Amino acid sequence: MKLLIKNGRVICPASNHDAVADVLIEDGRVTAVAPDLSAPGAEVLDAAGLVVAPGFIDIHVHLREPGFTHAETIATGARAAAAGGFTSVCCMPNTNPVNDSATVTTYIVEKARREAVVNVFPIGAITKGSAGEELASIGSMVAAGAVAISDDGRPVMNARVIRRAMESARALDIPVIQHCEDLNLSAGGDMHECVESVRLGLRGIPSASEDVMVARDIILAELTGARYHVAHISARNSVAMVAYARQRGLSVTCEATPHHIALHTEHMRPYDSNYKMKPPLRCRHDVDAVIDGIASGAVDCLATDHAPHAGDDKMQEFEKCPFGIIGLETAVGVSLEVLVHSGRISLNRLIALYTSEPARVIGWKGQQARGALQPGYAGDVTVLHPEYPWTYDVKNSASKSSNTPFNGRTFRGGPIATVVGGSVVWKAPGF
Amino acid sequence: MSRGLLGIEETDRSVIEQILERAVAFQPHGGQTFAKVNTCTGMMVVNAFFENSTRTRSSFEIAAHRLGADTLAITASGSSVSKGESLVDTLNTLVAMRPSAIVMRHQASGAPHFLARHLTTPIINAGDGTHEHPTQALLDARTILDRCGRLEGLRVAIIGDIQHSRVARSNVHLLSKFGAEIVLCGPPTLLPREMASIATGVTLEYDMRRAVAGANVIMMLRVQLERLHEPSMQPGEYFRFYGLRQEHIALAHPDVIVMHPGPMNRGREISSEVADSQRSMILNQVENGVSVRMAVLERVLLQ
Repeated sequence: MKLLIKNGRVICPASNHDAVADVLIEDGRVTAVAPDLSAPGAEVLDAAGLVVAPGFIDIHVHLREPGFTHAETIATGARAAAAGGFTSVCCMPNTNPVNDSATVTTYIVEKARREAVVNVFPIGAITKGSAGEELASIGSMVAAGAVAISDDGRPVMNARVIRRAMESARALDIPVIQHCEDLNLSAGGDMHECVESVRLGLRGIPSASEDVMVARDIILAELTGARYHVAHISARNSVAMVAYARQRGLSVTCEATPHHIALHTEHMRPYDSNYKMKPPLRCRHDVDAVIDGIASGAVDCLATDHAPHAGDDKMQEFEKCPFGIIGLETAVGVSLEVLVHSGRISLNRLIALYTSEPARVIGWKGQQARGALQPGYAGDVTVLHPEYPWTYDVKNSASKSSNTPFNGRTFRGGPIATVVGGSVVWKAPGF
Repeated sequence: MSRGLLGIEETDRSVIEQILERAVAFQPHGGQTFAKVNTCTGMMVVNAFFENSTRTRSSFEIAAHRLGADTLAITASGSSVSKGESLVDTLNTLVAMRPSAIVMRHQASGAPHFLARHLTTPIINAGDGTHEHPTQALLDARTILDRCGRLEGLRVAIIGDIQHSRVARSNVHLLSKFGAEIVLCGPPTLLPREMASIATGVTLEYDMRRAVAGANVIMMLRVQLERLHEPSMQPGEYFRFYGLRQEHIALAHPDVIVMHPGPMNRGREISSEVADSQRSMILNQVENGVSVRMAVLERVLLQ
């Protein structure tokens, strides 16, 4: 099986390639990137006038299966990923049961192999049941295909437990991903603590609740030598501390979500749960610091934290609604708008933030190498148009859920086609 | 006020003035009760109280009856909410019974605002969580006007658990719209610094003697024991530093009036001596509650 992607502007940040070329994928892997390739019998995808990039990777999604399939399934989440230009996603373990054992990891891997149109890489839990007490079966989960560990949504409050997890993860050469939130400081909060929360009479989640845990974990990352990754960074001081840790040579990385850079508290429609997530939308100075961090390189990659919730769960009093919004289909449009069209970073850098950089955070190697368009790498490609206008209509979403603040928003540029292992799994309507 | 009355913050000063003016017409004279005016005969008001309330609910009920409207009371313990029904479904069921307006109290901030986006029936907010209690601010304003004749330029000290007080927020917005000088005072753990920025003319004070100095109006807030789950302050220490006593009255304006939204805890936030003094407007507030709510209901029902 061969696919030849012709005449696109091939941008591969990992190899510093930015020129018109063809990409040949054979048996699921890239075999050649060069001008005027010919491949008799190959399916041809004409990418003239389009950007051809390595397949986009989202290292932070919730697919809700097993356990919450009324909100999303591996199949529907994967289709939403493809429709957003993503070829690989890493799914968080807060399913039911929690992915804290090789059994659940294997279930997800097998289910994804049968039903998902994109690559699905499970992230295992740090602790049993993500309860924060006993370490999960980390080695067995990694053997079954887990690529990282995290208790996302349920931060590990016990410093001794996260220390032991870091030691285990270091030996297995996987990153520890932390949702940084000191639960005593954020206790019961529903939105960012600021004038708006006080005005609306909602309990606040201070930026300090994130900063305190980032600080603690960086110290423990130094103690253990682990690869440590801050999920969905949102606070000014946290960005500064990650930058400082890296200056000191620690293996500390972080991701930012499109919504945390596109929206701040003043954009919130009061008591609308489509603006309720954790970390919460922060105020302008935090948002600016995250964007500055992306521009300076302090922030390593972008990730969506795609968090589907069924309509009924989001149609409640604000304080009763669960946290999180979907994000796979709007990520590229939002980040083009906030980062590239605004002139903060180049298109090439944005592509790196979705390809080579998340691949570096996870550390895929050998047969799993991805995030670049070079011979031997996975045959995953995202074809983009950085300018065409389109409007997001969540009614047409591939996701089972529709909790998004971006419904009806018009974007400039987005994905055109998604290729996974040499197969075209999604094309934008009209192309 | 477009359809109902959700909060003071989004209500124009001119609308507030009209309500306060109309309320005067409903105030009883001498020893009489409230006159039955019957301007809203044939209307139906649902009082949906998802959080316990005695005075506000009775006040709205009397107001509706004096206007000639029928009322139906729904309380949390007797409603389908206690059987697991969602708030939206409960309200949709009530709406299907075709009320003219829904008066609603709910423990979640923003619950009426959220519902107002999904329902066409006008909603009057009778208190939402720690957000707003608009009719309380209106009746407080009516009470101040009755005694002081103006709001502009008055120094009003609001004292107590500001953080969790919907009464404080609504009063801040109302007094600010009318150019009063507002001093918020309470223990630092219950007085977020951000309160100074939610409206103009607001200052914060942690020392009660400074807060009441020269005040024309002192509004005391109830210490909400159920809100004291956070480490804040021992009750004994609270009265020592934030309880209103005669010595504070001596620091205030000679004609100072003392208000309290009730229910009050004697000996916790206010001494009996002050609560029972001639300066205390507490019962005037209750009485104005009915007249002001008649004005609000009439406005909403007849629009």
